[in-house]
Amino acid sequence: MSLDTHQIRSNQSPAGGVDGALAPGRILQSRYEILGILGLGGMSAVYQARDQRFPNVVKLCAVKEMKSHSLDPQMRTLAIQNFEREANILATLSHPAIPKVYDYFSEEARSYLVMEFIEGRDLEAVLSEMTSFLPQEQVLEWAIQLCDVLQFLHEHTPPIIFRDMKPSNIMLDKHGRLRLIDFGIAKNFQPGQKGTMIGTEGYSPPEQYRGIAEQRTDIYALGATLHHVLTRQDPRVEPPFSFHERPIQTTNPAISSEFAQVVMRALEYEPDRRFSTAEEMKRALVILRPTAVARYGALATSQFDSSEIQPLWTFACEDEIRSTPTRAEDVIYVTSYDHNLYALNADSGKFLWKYATDGGIAGSPCFVEDKVIIGSDDRTVYCINAQTGRIIWTCPTQGRVRSTPRCQFGHVFFGSDDRHLYAVNLQSGRVSWRVELDSAIRSSVAIGEELLYFGDESGSVYCVDIRGSLKWRHNTKRGVTSSPVYHKDTQLVIVGSQDNTVYALDAQSGWVVWRYRTGKAVISSPCIAEGVVYIGSADTNLYALDLKTGRLNWKYATEGQVNSSPVVADAAVYVGSVDTSLYSIDAKTGQLRWRAHTNGPVVSSPIVVGDVVYVGSNDRLLYALPA
Amino acid sequence: MDLVRKMFGHSEDKENMLPAPEAASPANSHRSGQWRIGRASDVGLVRPHNEDSLLTVESIFQGNDIRESIGLFIVADGMGGHQAGEVASSLATRIVASQLTQEVYTPYLLRDVQAEANPLPLVEALQKAVEAANQAVHNQVPGSGTTLTCALIINSRAYLAHVGDSRAYLYYNHQLTQITRDHSYVDKLVELGQLSVEAAAVHPHRNVLYRAVGQGDQLEIDIHSLDLLQGSRLLLCCDGLWGMLTDAALQAVLASAATPQDACEQLIAAANEAGGRDNITAVIIESV
Repeated sequence: MSLDTHQIRSNQSPAGGVDGALAPGRILQSRYEILGILGLGGMSAVYQARDQRFPNVVKLCAVKEMKSHSLDPQMRTLAIQNFEREANILATLSHPAIPKVYDYFSEEARSYLVMEFIEGRDLEAVLSEMTSFLPQEQVLEWAIQLCDVLQFLHEHTPPIIFRDMKPSNIMLDKHGRLRLIDFGIAKNFQPGQKGTMIGTEGYSPPEQYRGIAEQRTDIYALGATLHHVLTRQDPRVEPPFSFHERPIQTTNPAISSEFAQVVMRALEYEPDRRFSTAEEMKRALVILRPTAVARYGALATSQFDSSEIQPLWTFACEDEIRSTPTRAEDVIYVTSYDHNLYALNADSGKFLWKYATDGGIAGSPCFVEDKVIIGSDDRTVYCINAQTGRIIWTCPTQGRVRSTPRCQFGHVFFGSDDRHLYAVNLQSGRVSWRVELDSAIRSSVAIGEELLYFGDESGSVYCVDIRGSLKWRHNTKRGVTSSPVYHKDTQLVIVGSQDNTVYALDAQSGWVVWRYRTGKAVISSPCIAEGVVYIGSADTNLYALDLKTGRLNWKYATEGQVNSSPVVADAAVYVGSVDTSLYSIDAKTGQLRWRAHTNGPVVSSPIVVGDVVYVGSNDRLLYALPA
Repeated sequence: MDLVRKMFGHSEDKENMLPAPEAASPANSHRSGQWRIGRASDVGLVRPHNEDSLLTVESIFQGNDIRESIGLFIVADGMGGHQAGEVASSLATRIVASQLTQEVYTPYLLRDVQAEANPLPLVEALQKAVEAANQAVHNQVPGSGTTLTCALIINSRAYLAHVGDSRAYLYYNHQLTQITRDHSYVDKLVELGQLSVEAAAVHPHRNVLYRAVGQGDQLEIDIHSLDLLQGSRLLLCCDGLWGMLTDAALQAVLASAATPQDACEQLIAAANEAGGRDNITAVIIESV
């Protein structure tokens, strides 16, 4: 059993009854008065002490004590040897980043090392108190200092491997310089009597777990430390060796690619692919200093090509397009507030036919078999022949129909502002049943295993079976305009609410499995791909959330509300924003691929077919863009 | 237009127009929400005492035309000298069970009865419960730790919280699937292709965990969810079981044992036969 050293903050008293710790006031060697505990480890404690040999000034020092409770004489000997090794190493080293050793003695079967007291805080404490990222120049200077001290240690005869580079072993002194503490004693493994042990390392490279420690081991740990400082992601709570899955710029876009590349090279899994020496790494860092950049001339800047994406074609309606276009074969169907359903050639945008209703159309067309079904603000649902544009049947309701019709089991399901959910026979247009709920239904139905999921404007999410009887409901605090998505493998129903929250509900019981709070109303409907939920919020962000837990993978800030529903194709997410742009964002990293401008807010949700993205805008145009 | 509507529009006609029930219900008949439980724990042949803990709770509510089941199942494998291991595993088990009773079970009973029950989301409740156990073990049994694999089952859906190298396996449709991943360096090295499964099985550091309940600080837990369809058997076990038996041996017992209790007992006997180097604990939930 070996737990990692946990630094005890000076304002905390150590956990009750630290066995055998020296009490404040205790004097060692008639000289060093113990003032308090600085840190506790598995086999050692560090105290703050005052050197009484200087009675007229307060001269502070750090006293490191080796406790050896081990009953095993071999373990004891080993521990003492380690301790003496540390003392001997430290005593011979002279480097500004390495604390000075003043004294070494044994008392009551314990060994003590008296060292320079470094006033300041360790980097772990600095990191835990940070509320924002440190500037790149600051971290760059630290990185150079740490390379410098590693270079000094590695070039020592014989070479010294630090073995335990991590934030809690680096002190930031009151002059802003970094100092290494805790030499030599750290051991990553001790064979436990019980067969199971805990390591909470996180900073050590793979080969160290095979017992190998060399220069490049320290370089990896330095890379891990810098990654932690730059991303504020503690590697001890992340999966081991997962740095390459967590690129620095994803979390902290202010860091330059060049700096990130240096850190990532230090973190290469194979030692041969890292810097071979600390000196080599230092050289790679020094040229990144702002002054150095000027001297060395222009380095490569942003590789992102911001050139405007040009549409393949556009089609002008007479009013805003708020719905999602649908494509079937080579025809695009799109609805507009101008009362019309349009059929267009998908390749050219050429007009084929249109069908006029008596009201604006907010919902999207539903294509099934050879029919297109739409709901209109004129309170009616229309079923139209997809080839000819001729009416097949209509179904009147008592309220505006803004929910998009969905088709399954030979029936069309849709909600109306008359507070009813309708099930209508696809062939005849006859109402099979309708069920009355609390409020207008603008959310569209998701269809699961014979269960239907949808929301209403009172804030409820409902589950009814295919005969219309209520199975469960879940109340959110504001209207649910977002349309749920049912995910079969996880049996989750994901939906947004105007109470700012994204909910994941158990499809069978309606129990909340997780929720994620955004800054404003969530009107956008979710899209699920590869275990990730993508959804927009009126707080201007597009969110990528882990499907199983609701944890944030990344978010991307646009310049306006994201009420459009995202769609994923070929590892890219497409979504519109009220800032008038359509965005294409890398689904894994959350980085912008491209952005296309329109002349109005984009609340329409895009579709991607092949290598073409279709999206409507409130500028009345339908755009076909290259994906 | 109005003529068209008159001709084709229809008003509500609820009698005989329900969606065809052709697909009615086979999809849901395999979600019975009824289980049989097996459990067993054994010190093994080498260790002086048993540092594992287990807990099983099965609650059935029946009334008002509703049948609902909710269950909680925990396996924990403690570590640390001077009997701290068993203290850690039992403390963690008790704390997680008591937290989930408060945060999930009570609100579940009162759902639809009290409008303002407003329970925590399941993932948050699981995280909170394991975190409470983490802090309790860290403060009360310093220097110790425990694995914890916990299944919260609501009807036919299981939600798992997992830390360490105990495991959950699902046996269904003649297939054995390992649900959890060990939080061990060796497992990570295998995942990264740096170590073969065979080399991992005999690696000197195969028991070194990078996550355990009791480590203090922030503890990240894994969450899994799965369907317990009729005929499936969910096995929770510690490394004293899976470390001694091959997957094929596990599967053979899960496939053949008459009851989940028989399966648990046969698994423990098999692990002891293979050497019983560690404590052995198994809990099996079978969906019937």
